[in-house]
Amino acid sequence: MANGTTTVDVGEEQLPARPGQERGTLTGWIQDLIYTVDHKKLGILYIGMALVFLVLAGIMALLIRAQLAFPDGHVVSPQTFNSLFTVHGTVMIFWVAMPLAFGMANYLVPLMIGARDMAFPRLNAFSFWLTFFGGCLLFFSYVGAPGLYGSGGAPAVAWMALAPLTSRAFSVGPSTDYWSLSLLVAGIGSVTGAINIMVTIFCYRTKGMTLSRLPLFVWMIVTTMFLVIVFLPPLSAAQIMLTLERYLGAKYFDTQAGGSAILWQHFFWIFGHPEVYILALPAFGVLSEVIPVFSRKPIFGYPMMVAASVLIGFISAGVWAHHMFTVGMTSFGVTFFGVATLAISVPTGIKIFNWLATIYGGKVRLELPMVFAFTALFQFLIAGLTGVMLGVAPFDWQLNDSYFVIAHFHYVIVGLILFAVFAFFYYWYPKVFGRMLDKKLGFWHFWLFTIGFHLTFDPQHIAGILGMPRRIYTYHPGRGWELWNFISSIGAIFQALGIIFFVLNLIWSARKGKVAGDDPWDAWTLEWMTTSPPADYNFEKLPEVRSRRPLWDLKHPDDPDWKFE
Amino acid sequence: MSSETLTAQETDWRQPSPRKVAMILVILTESALFTIFVVAYLFYIGKSLVPPYPHQVLHFPWLGSVLLFGSSGTIMVAEHHLKKGSISGFHLWWAITFAAGVGFLFWTINEWLHLIYQEGLTISTNLFGSTFYSLVGLHASHVLVGAFLLGLILFMSLTGRIRHYHHEHVEMISWYWHFVDCVWVVVITVVYIISANS
Repeated sequence: MANGTTTVDVGEEQLPARPGQERGTLTGWIQDLIYTVDHKKLGILYIGMALVFLVLAGIMALLIRAQLAFPDGHVVSPQTFNSLFTVHGTVMIFWVAMPLAFGMANYLVPLMIGARDMAFPRLNAFSFWLTFFGGCLLFFSYVGAPGLYGSGGAPAVAWMALAPLTSRAFSVGPSTDYWSLSLLVAGIGSVTGAINIMVTIFCYRTKGMTLSRLPLFVWMIVTTMFLVIVFLPPLSAAQIMLTLERYLGAKYFDTQAGGSAILWQHFFWIFGHPEVYILALPAFGVLSEVIPVFSRKPIFGYPMMVAASVLIGFISAGVWAHHMFTVGMTSFGVTFFGVATLAISVPTGIKIFNWLATIYGGKVRLELPMVFAFTALFQFLIAGLTGVMLGVAPFDWQLNDSYFVIAHFHYVIVGLILFAVFAFFYYWYPKVFGRMLDKKLGFWHFWLFTIGFHLTFDPQHIAGILGMPRRIYTYHPGRGWELWNFISSIGAIFQALGIIFFVLNLIWSARKGKVAGDDPWDAWTLEWMTTSPPADYNFEKLPEVRSRRPLWDLKHPDDPDWKFE
Repeated sequence: MSSETLTAQETDWRQPSPRKVAMILVILTESALFTIFVVAYLFYIGKSLVPPYPHQVLHFPWLGSVLLFGSSGTIMVAEHHLKKGSISGFHLWWAITFAAGVGFLFWTINEWLHLIYQEGLTISTNLFGSTFYSLVGLHASHVLVGAFLLGLILFMSLTGRIRHYHHEHVEMISWYWHFVDCVWVVVITVVYIISANS
């Protein structure tokens, strides 16, 4: 009974016609995507947008690495370099990682909880288009700013835009305004999207899908969206203050009028650190779905996993100032935020042990999703360890704003989050497009990208310890940084090649991939019950959920989970 | 076999109302936004380098508070009438609430005109001006949105589009209005009591 209760028959080489596809023309297809309020199409739009921005911001990263490959390099101008790392960081966080989280949640949450759509479908479309236009606004700074004001260009104040660099005196022209306004616009989109997803989870679960039976991915999304709802407004508030300061002469961050530049850092990081968990928790969710299915074991310690996520959500509210150990806080402040930072690694460690315990003794299938998930797990361990190191204040005093920090957070954002996103692609692509991603291209992608990742970011730890500061335009030879930067830049090429294989695979497999069927992985959550791709209404009918693995119960009526839970 | 599981347990399956959950989350996210402005205000009390200072120019907002707190009471009376099915009573009390909301906005305009033209306090004068206008202005903008929603409900009701079974929809507007009221309590405490006496 692998195909669930849906009645659409999947032929050998023929996919069921998708509603809306019969129009057939390109314009019809685009029109369909623009008019849609369907959570699956919006999910695809979110992810598609994120991929486009990923490539754009990735090209910026390549330019940064080209500039830093050799000492005294002059590939780009200093001003361009500043705008490159600013836009790279901002776009990767707000228009790649966050839309990926929202796209995954959009596509999967209603399917996983057995809902027909989101709670507010039109609000969902509104959220997406706000995020999209926010991104367009940021990129418009490249062409719009000089045309309108004769100066400016892209924002060049780094992604945390420290005061007083953003004041009118030091940031002439509208480039910084493009930064703050585009973040405000996208921020509204994120908050409305988060509210929508939360309401969907709490109010539209299918019969029997109690909170204690939610798939772990959905639990991680609950925590993520809670963090978005509570911690994105501080960023918006800070942007409003910045805009008031730049346009109406308010004095918030103006030290000459008694204002405090440090306050900006507090407001930014009280958003900024929970943001890390906003990005990481969906990745944890993907790992928590992929690892059990490919280890052929139910997740180890489900209640602990949920508790750990929620705990991470709460503790993340009290760690922001570990980004600010060097600004001169009181020793109580330093101690408090240092201890909180070490404390947050406890629930994170619980998660890692639970994943390992799930794999342990399992019948592991080394398919691509599992390979990416396992690598993400390994890399996240290292990222977590350097994180603990940086949480120790005296260590941080030494290495703050160095390449060690760069290496640390790229280990989190690329090593964990992007690898989990790749696992997401290889695992759920068959559900979305009805065809499997090609294995051969996939392994090429995996090896090129993994090798590239380690070549790029492992040496940066060493360069950082040797004293290389972040955001520097270039460096002189003879400081011992040349080799590490050169290896780093070579690695970037490998990563780019890996991404090319990945994108080729996405395009090629959509037409020529192996037909997947409803449930290619023999999985246990509800989305695998319906057709691939799912119909507009998602499910024809659903059984009453009686355990955490509803599909297991269907496939094994003699040995259902609910007898043991 | 799926029909078997469907009929296996015909217990009733209840989930919270989407409207209520959504409104609670809206209030949560708005509270987070206000918190930052309140923190900024508190942080900058007594740090302005040039006058005017709060104790020189601020007067306790009796009229505004009476209007706003009163409207929180009248909106509850209006809701009660709607639940009972008395549409005319609902109209009366809802209109009073709407009038109080608009009255508060006029009171704010009056206060600001006085501060700007008589006392010479603008958003760019000093830290007090910056934090005062942004915090009170953020609150006033929420009153504006609330008054718009109140007016919309009033209009829809007068044109016969609101019935007693819409009481939950209307209740959500009132939740928002109560929230705006609660924020005003915080604003009074922080701005008109703490900073005006320090």
